Amino acid sequence: MPVADFEPVIGLEVHAQLLTRSKIFCGCSTSFGAPPNTQVCPVCLGLPGALPSLNRAAVEMAIKAGKAFGCRIAERSIWARKNYFYPDLPKGYQISQYELPICSGGAVPVPGLGTIGLTRIHLEEDAGKNIHAESGSQVDLNRSGVPLIEIVGEPQLRSAEEASEYLKALRLSLIYLGINDGNLEEGSFRCDANVSVRPRGTQKLGTRVELKNINSFRFVRQAIEYEIERQVKEIESGGKVLQQTRLFDNEKGVTRSMRSKEEANDYRYFPEPDLPPLLVSPEWAAKVQVPKLPHEVLDELTRSGVAQADARTIVADPRLVEVHRRVGGDPRRAALFVVGELARAVNEKEADLAALKFEPAQVAEVWKLQDAGTLSSTAAKEVLAELIRSGKPPARIVQEKGLAQVSDAGALEAVVDAVLARSVSEAEKYKAGKKNLLGFFVGQAMKELKGKGNPGALNELFKRKLGD
Amino acid sequence: MKVDLLPLSRVSAALAAREVSPEALLESSLERIRALDGKLHAFLRLTEGEARAAAKAASQRRERIGPLDGVPIALKDIFCMEGVETTAGSRILKGYLPPYDATVVRKLKQAGAVIVGKLNMDEFAMGSSTENSAFGPTRNPWDLERTPGGSSGGSAAAVAARMVPGTLGTDTGGSIRQPAALVGCAGMKPTYGRVSRFGVIAFASSLDQVGAFAQDVRGVALLLSAIAGHDPDDQTSSTRPVPDYAASLARGVRGLRIGVPAEYFGEGLQPEIDKAVRAGIEVLRSEGCEVKPISLPNSPHAIAAYYIVATAEASSNLARYDGVRYGHRARATQLLEMYERTRAEGFGAEVKRRIMLGTYALSAGYYDAYYLRAQKVRALIRRDFDTAFATVDAVVCPTSPTTAFRLGEKVDDPLAMYLNDIYTVPVNLAGLPGISVPCGFDNKRLPIGMQLIGKPFDEETLLRLAHAYEQRAGFAEQLPPLVEHAGR
Ligand SMILES: [Zn+2]
Repeated sequence: MPVADFEPVIGLEVHAQLLTRSKIFCGCSTSFGAPPNTQVCPVCLGLPGALPSLNRAAVEMAIKAGKAFGCRIAERSIWARKNYFYPDLPKGYQISQYELPICSGGAVPVPGLGTIGLTRIHLEEDAGKNIHAESGSQVDLNRSGVPLIEIVGEPQLRSAEEASEYLKALRLSLIYLGINDGNLEEGSFRCDANVSVRPRGTQKLGTRVELKNINSFRFVRQAIEYEIERQVKEIESGGKVLQQTRLFDNEKGVTRSMRSKEEANDYRYFPEPDLPPLLVSPEWAAKVQVPKLPHEVLDELTRSGVAQADARTIVADPRLVEVHRRVGGDPRRAALFVVGELARAVNEKEADLAALKFEPAQVAEVWKLQDAGTLSSTAAKEVLAELIRSGKPPARIVQEKGLAQVSDAGALEAVVDAVLARSVSEAEKYKAGKKNLLGFFVGQAMKELKGKGNPGALNELFKRKLGD
Repeated sequence: MKVDLLPLSRVSAALAAREVSPEALLESSLERIRALDGKLHAFLRLTEGEARAAAKAASQRRERIGPLDGVPIALKDIFCMEGVETTAGSRILKGYLPPYDATVVRKLKQAGAVIVGKLNMDEFAMGSSTENSAFGPTRNPWDLERTPGGSSGGSAAAVAARMVPGTLGTDTGGSIRQPAALVGCAGMKPTYGRVSRFGVIAFASSLDQVGAFAQDVRGVALLLSAIAGHDPDDQTSSTRPVPDYAASLARGVRGLRIGVPAEYFGEGLQPEIDKAVRAGIEVLRSEGCEVKPISLPNSPHAIAAYYIVATAEASSNLARYDGVRYGHRARATQLLEMYERTRAEGFGAEVKRRIMLGTYALSAGYYDAYYLRAQKVRALIRRDFDTAFATVDAVVCPTSPTTAFRLGEKVDDPLAMYLNDIYTVPVNLAGLPGISVPCGFDNKRLPIGMQLIGKPFDEETLLRLAHAYEQRAGFAEQLPPLVEHAGR
């Protein structure tokens, strides 16, 4: 059977660091990039006698995710210890949730795929980091105790492409919720994939392989595609897919066996005796506010008249959504600014979405000048470009660059009269019916006005003076 | 009688009356420790410098902070104390200096107590004789060939030998009450959650509880008032207000109903203990208590359930001793080899045995049969007590089935050693408060302890009963021969 006769079954497990200020079981800071082992205390170092005390902000973020994806929020969930030895795990166990997680069920909306079901979302603490150098290995425990949610998706994905779309949608949703920064490279958003294949048309699931170490969207597709092919080949050649954990080698683009089912860790989960059950009253859950998710913002934009393609571009980056909102005015015109002038400036590195120099509300000031005829559409574009670059007030840009159009009737009339006075024969021809000479007159006037005449007003004036 | 031979509450009164200065008291305490500890080995180390500074500060205070101000106190070596070596009796923590004070240590310091040193214990509190200490056993002041019990053997022996008037210990399955019984002093394990465990090196987190030793019940009450209370750093600690335990002693015991459980007076109980405890019950009856027979039918399963729950939690709690961050680290070139050698060299035999038992009990495929089943037994034991407390205010029974046994007698028989906790373990499984008070001597003149078990957070009733009994019986005032020979 060719690959096309097999159906891949894929489920993703995502670990997302929560954007709390302090760690989940102690008061240490969660900020990234501090010198090694400077954001630590007896609790997150696992010193003898230290005990965890729960940070409620982390719980609220988990509730927020649960509510956003329509999960059931457990009124009572249980902390559990996951036991294994590793140098970056200071207590020799990770405090997690096992049998009774805080959220269960629910689904993530994925554009083009409808929704993908969730099995559960649970809270846990992150481990530290091992740093390997020639001189030996060292451990940095700044990350130890940073709160995580693990989001376990149902095996409803049927291709690497779908997996990648699901992951993108989930990442964007968490960013919209303000609970994760979506950074795959720094590891604050991490993904493991469970992959199996089965002959098309059959129901029974094939043997599952867990893929680890996939830290970009490209690698997610590569790793899953490679794995699907590998499993199909294995079956085709009369072999069997073995239950195992495989590591993705992103340099070679292949997956490699890390440990078999027999070598798998027995984590010896049991209820964490140092923490009472986590109680979330319906009142507490009700109080947690949930911001709009990407698909809701997309609907809003298109309903307000923004073109579908522009709306999608904006929704893909919550910072663009924010700029669009703050520009205000006609949503469609604001969208054109965001995907036009702003996007161009960002592409050309003239603007940084993380640190905008201008106040988006100032865009409306430029529009006002354009609508009043003070700026030509070309000049308006130039003012907007400079506004994005420097953040100077639009009026000052117009002045400094001398971009204001002459629309004042008296000033224009003097020029029009002067042009007509020295172009007597052309005026005669015009009156005789050579109407395309209007362009010649306007051109002459523009020359005199150094290009700053309002072309519409000049047209009208010449027509009137020439008896049209 | 010299002040330093008095029980804690009277030492406190003498300090309040300025009959003795904190500094003089500390010096006589240090003197007795130096004289006797070569034989007893109750202490692992002294904190003389800190103690002298604290005693001096206490002397200079115009007004006493409270009843513990200036009172010499020593700590089981399971309590973290900033900058003072804390080993939990294990070679794996030899030289370990905690960077912080346990909550109870901070509270004692704030109460003005003078902390004189750290006391010997079974490694990681696993044992009933203090023979599992990596630093050698502690001996019983009543007979140096015998054990003071354990795991808080050092804490018990130091009080009985009048080295200090009060000590702190921990009790996971009897580790305060059993040694208190074996050396003839009072020792209380409060309700689970009454005292913070923050900074207390964990053995079995759902069972561990901090408690106190003193020669007198009032002394225990004073210590308990100082250390009890909610701690935001320990989320299993209770937010209930802490009563003034010593003040409640005056209320007497008339009308209190005490239950006598048949299951705690059966086979294996040393006849002299049976007799002494029954005599103790009669004393309480004569004080106006109503005595009722009760049944705690699931208690015989307690030891089995305990050794599943306690070892399971211990196997996880002790995983952090891996040589990576602190404590002993073996020389090795590979990570796995480093882990294996560090733990092989660092842990003693009993600790290894329990880590293996606990790891097994939690393993995939065995969890339901062991850990889950043990938790069910635990719930049944708790229910037995709930039922009993519907008709009685406290339960009275022996603390230990035997008086102090010989050093080495049970070292090679773990099961016999485990059975020494048969009357104390159910109390931990149920999370209840329990106290042991001296109630006589056997025919070798070894102390006998009587145990009182109370409702959750009803330490007051236990202290009242124990105090009323102590006043009538007077056993707590007897001095062990070791102290007597050293001269009054
Ligand atoms: Zn910390």
